[in-house]
Amino acid sequence: MEALIALIIGVLTACGVFLALRGQTFPVVLGLTFMSYAVNLFLFAMGRLAIGVPPVIADGARYTDPLPQALVLTAIVISFGMTAFVIVLALKARAELGNDHVDGTHYDEDGPR
Amino acid sequence: MNGLTMHWPILPVLLPLLAGIVLLMLRNRSLTLQRGVSVAATLALIPLAIALMQTAGDGTQLVYKLGNWDAPFGIVLVVDRLAAWMLMATALVALFALLHASQGIDTEGRYFHVLYQLQLFGLNGAFLTGDLFNLFVFFEILLLASYGLLLHGGGRLRVKAGLHFVVINLAGSTLFLFAVGTLYGVTGTLNMADLTVKLARTPPGNLALVETAGLLLFAVFALKAALLPFHLWLPAAYAHTSASVAALFAIMTKVGAYSILRVYSLMFGDAAGPVAQLLDAWLAPLALATLTLGMLGVVASTSLRQQTAYLVVASIGSLLLAFGLGTRDAIAAGLYYLPHSTFAAAALFLLADSISRARGEFADRFEPGFAMPGARVLGGLFFVLAVALAGLPPLSGFLGKFMLLKAALDSPLLPWVWGVVLVTGLVGMIALARSGSLLFYRTLGANDATPAPTAPTAPTWAALAPVAGLLLLLIGMVIWAGPLSGYASATAAQLLQPHLYIGAVLGTTP
Repeated sequence: MEALIALIIGVLTACGVFLALRGQTFPVVLGLTFMSYAVNLFLFAMGRLAIGVPPVIADGARYTDPLPQALVLTAIVISFGMTAFVIVLALKARAELGNDHVDGTHYDEDGPR
Repeated sequence: MNGLTMHWPILPVLLPLLAGIVLLMLRNRSLTLQRGVSVAATLALIPLAIALMQTAGDGTQLVYKLGNWDAPFGIVLVVDRLAAWMLMATALVALFALLHASQGIDTEGRYFHVLYQLQLFGLNGAFLTGDLFNLFVFFEILLLASYGLLLHGGGRLRVKAGLHFVVINLAGSTLFLFAVGTLYGVTGTLNMADLTVKLARTPPGNLALVETAGLLLFAVFALKAALLPFHLWLPAAYAHTSASVAALFAIMTKVGAYSILRVYSLMFGDAAGPVAQLLDAWLAPLALATLTLGMLGVVASTSLRQQTAYLVVASIGSLLLAFGLGTRDAIAAGLYYLPHSTFAAAALFLLADSISRARGEFADRFEPGFAMPGARVLGGLFFVLAVALAGLPPLSGFLGKFMLLKAALDSPLLPWVWGVVLVTGLVGMIALARSGSLLFYRTLGANDATPAPTAPTAPTWAALAPVAGLLLLLIGMVIWAGPLSGYASATAAQLLQPHLYIGAVLGTTP
């Protein structure tokens, strides 16, 4: 399972970085979302992977670390809010700049205009 | 320490938050009332910062346990000399920027004062917290407020610069979480004092992981501080936002510098055993490069606002150079230089706004315009500020640079530090002199006059008062240079003894 989780985090991050480097705002927002998914999984995995054990300490029972779950919850809320904000900002930029390129410049066959 | 005094460390965080909420409820009431509440809340931060500076001044490190959970299980706020110093600088610059904003900029959009108070909430929290994840949360708070403030008023260029600023900071937040996650995975704690203890006992197998996390964190802080090569977002963002917001943002890059100083003097400082002095190879050279490139930007700027933004980049270079040298004297020089560069840059942003109004259609672009109304006052203020920013005597910029040069005397980087600081100082002086002569002397004659689309407006005394206030602070920093540099030096000494911080937070005496 460790290898699978590592692979998922890696692929999500790679997709996120690739998309974030694109020229249009929509792929950039998607890329940031992918990166925040990746980091949420990563934070979660940092409490070590354990299956079927509760995040509370009981007598003699095995337990999983509850703190990363709290951290992930915080990180999810923050990244959710940020994504909402950046989408609205991207829409505003589309309205103000007249196109959805991150530089505000429209490119066609003849070059920028 | 008992009763109310015990709760002082939480007040700089709580006060702006409550003021922000109250302002949100007052959003439909008169503007005067909103301004009054906002200014009063910001003003109240100053006596609070003075009280905390006095308490921390004798070396006490106040630890405030939220929910009365002991560290490392609960989150702590720590007031030491450094935190109190940063709170003071923030409160002062925030007050003057707010006084400027209350003369009209706050009417350009909605919720200005709410966002402003939330920004202060994030800033103060970041300076006070003793927990790494909490630092991330406060970073997000101050960033989210700063996005709103940056875009306040709207406009094409502002939205474009804002989009870049938001995206790059979101990527930075992701990196921050990766670094924090790695550190937690290795050590199982997020409390900075506890992390220091645990990191010192890193098994050799985990050393590479810890170093990766440490350098990732550095990348994040460097991004906030606009250190080379992460400085590219700053000039556009600062040059295109409103003047008061840019003035407040002068302290925002210092949050990055503060975090670098805090984290790398503590967690990766002398007490950190195998991971000690992680940054030695990186910080000073990057700071030298930032200083050089920032000053080149100052020379190449085409408008006063842009030039000021590049001066902020250059000042971050000097500041982190001082922190990078890492000796007590050098850190003290940096700490003295920090409020100076913040006040001076903020004042120049505010002044650039008045100059730009007085020049009408020419705004603050470096091209000959008509003689502006009130040129003597504006020019006089510009001259004094340019002297401060170029680091000439008798103002505080000179003292800061002098302390830095003196501290570099026994450093192996001596020729580099002296060479770069002195040459960039000269270059900055020439650039500012050129800007001044272009803006104030090379005026077009009256017969070149064409009907102006934007009528020039003479500066009012009220608009110039915040600039004058910040200037008085700079002069105050010279008059009381003795006590202030003494405080800075004591702060540096405290930072170089991380076991004091660890002892105060964890309640142990190692």
